[in-house]
Amino acid sequence: MNSNLEFEAVIGLEIHVQLSTESKLFCGDRTLFGEPANTQVSSISLAHPGTLPRTNNKAVELAVRMGLACHSSISEKNFFARKNYFYPDLPKGYQVSQHTIPICNGGTVRIMVNGIEKEVILNRIHLEEDAGKSIHDVDETFSLIDLNRAGTALIEIVTEPCIHTSEEACAYVTTVRKLVRWLNVSDGDMEKGNLRCDANISVRRKGEKQLGTKVEVKNLNSIRNLRKAIDFEISRMSSMLENDEKIIQQTRSFDAVTDTTFALRDKEEANDYRYFPDPDIAPFVLSGKYINDISISMPELPEQLQSRLQQDHGLSLYDAHQITEDKDIARFFLDVNDIVSNPKSVANWINGPVKQQLNDRGCSIEDLKLSPSDLAALILLVEDGKVSFSSASSQVLPKVINSGNPPIEIIQQYDLLKVSDEAELINWINIALNKMPEKVIEYRKGKRGLIGLFVGEVKKLSKGKADPKLVNEILERKLNE
Amino acid sequence: MEVTDQLIDHLAKLSKLSFNAEEKQELKSDLQKMISFVEKLQELDTTGIEPLTHMGYSDNALRDDVVKGMVSREEAMLNAPVKDDQFFKVPKVINPQ
Repeated sequence: MNSNLEFEAVIGLEIHVQLSTESKLFCGDRTLFGEPANTQVSSISLAHPGTLPRTNNKAVELAVRMGLACHSSISEKNFFARKNYFYPDLPKGYQVSQHTIPICNGGTVRIMVNGIEKEVILNRIHLEEDAGKSIHDVDETFSLIDLNRAGTALIEIVTEPCIHTSEEACAYVTTVRKLVRWLNVSDGDMEKGNLRCDANISVRRKGEKQLGTKVEVKNLNSIRNLRKAIDFEISRMSSMLENDEKIIQQTRSFDAVTDTTFALRDKEEANDYRYFPDPDIAPFVLSGKYINDISISMPELPEQLQSRLQQDHGLSLYDAHQITEDKDIARFFLDVNDIVSNPKSVANWINGPVKQQLNDRGCSIEDLKLSPSDLAALILLVEDGKVSFSSASSQVLPKVINSGNPPIEIIQQYDLLKVSDEAELINWINIALNKMPEKVIEYRKGKRGLIGLFVGEVKKLSKGKADPKLVNEILERKLNE
Repeated sequence: MEVTDQLIDHLAKLSKLSFNAEEKQELKSDLQKMISFVEKLQELDTTGIEPLTHMGYSDNALRDDVVKGMVSREEAMLNAPVKDDQFFKVPKVINPQ
C-alpha cells in the first residue's frame, strides 16, 4: 500500500461457504453446480404455500465441525429466523438465517502474514440458505431467474473488525478455504461461488479510537479481487479523509476489469429486515454428546499438524506452514517421511521440485502419478550419492511421474548415475576452464565468487551428473595450483 | 404506539406496495386497532421469562441429507406468468453495467 503512515484501515470479512451437502438446507433438492436452470427445485424452494421444510442434519454437522475447528462455542439451543426483503431470486420474500443466535459463537483462525503468525477473531458462524440467481444482461426487458441455488445450505463466517491490511485479509480467506477443504465442509471453490467474500472496510486516522464510516464491498470472488478491492478502498478513503471529504456509508461492487469499486447503493435508510423466529422450521438442540462425537471424529487440524511438524520433526515455521497448506500434501509428506525419516529433506523436496511439477502440470498431488514410496526412493538415492540432486529433481522426477517407473530404473535407463570418478570429472573441469581463460585469471587475482560459474559449467557439461561436492574440491585444488 | 402516515409509507415501501389516500386511511385505522390489541398483551409482566420462540425444543425434527422431492422444470414453471423455456422472467431489477 502507498503512504499509509497517517491512516489505518479496519476490515471485517464475511465469508459465505456452500456446504458440501447432497441436498438443500430445508428440502431434498439436489445441489449440483452448473445444471440446467430451474431443474433442482421443489415446492419448498419455489415457496409454495403449505410446505413442510425440515433442516438437513448434515448441514448442522458441517457447521459444528467448522465451529470446532475455529474454537467457537457451539450453541445448545438453535432456531432459525426470517430476514424479510424483496428480491426476485428470493422466492419466499425472506431468507431463512440464524440471525438471533448463531450455531457457533466467537472463535479464532490462525493466519500467517509475511512469516508472522496472527489470530483473526471471529464474531460468529451461522447457518443460512442461499438465494437463487438473477441474470440481468441476457434479456433486454426482463431479468431471468434460476432457482437451482435457492435454499442451498451455507455457513456465513463473520470476523470481528480486526483485520488491517489486504495481506491479512487474503491470508485469512486462504486459511478459511484451506480449513473448509481440510474438514470436507465445502470444496471452497471460489470460481463456482462456493466460497464468496464481502469486505466491510473503514479508514481512520491512526490513534483514533472511533471507527470510520464503513463501506461494504460485495462480489469478491477471488483472492486477487479481494486484495485489489481492499487496496483500492483504503487509498480511496484515505485520500477522501485527507481532503476532508465526507465518506458515505455505501454498498459497493468490485470491477475486475478496472480494479476499482463502484457504488451500488447508498445506505441512506437503515435496512429494516424485521427478523423474527421462523415458525415453520423446528428448532433443534445440540447435546454435549452430539458435539463431543463430532469433536472426536475431526481430523488433526492444520494448525495442530503444523505445530507437530515444528516440534516433533524440527521443521521451520515456514516449512511446516507450507506443508500444511493442503491436506493431501500434508498426508503425502507424512507418508514419504515415514520411509525417509529426514523431515527437512522431504519438506524441501515437496516444497520445491514436487510443487514445481504440480504447478507445471496444473494438477493436485492426488492426480500426480507419484507414489510416496517412489519419491522416498529418489530422496534416498540422492542421500546415498547415487544421483545428484540436480539430476534427480530436474530429470528423474518428471520422468518417474510421466512413466510411473521407479526412480532407479529411470536413472539406469537414462544413464543419470552421479559421476564421482575423478578422471571423468577432471576431463569436464578442463573443458570448462579452457572455455573461459580470462575468468580463470580473474579468479586467480582474487575474484573467488567465480567458482560458482565454473561449477555451473561443469554441471552443464555433465548434464547434471557430476558430483558437485567433488567438482568444487577438484576445482579449488586446480585453480590454486 | 401511534400509527402515522410515515409508518404506513415505510411499511408500503418495504412490502413493495402502493396505496392511494383513501386506502391509506383505512389501513391506518385497521393497523391502529391491531396494534392496540397487541399492546394490551404487553401489559403482562414477563420479567425473567425466556421468550417462547417455538412450542418446544424436545423434538429434533431434522432430516437426513437425501435428494428427493424435486419437480420437473415444466411443473416448476407451470404457474409463472412470464417465462421462457428455461427461466422465470421478472421485470428488470437492475440496469446492467
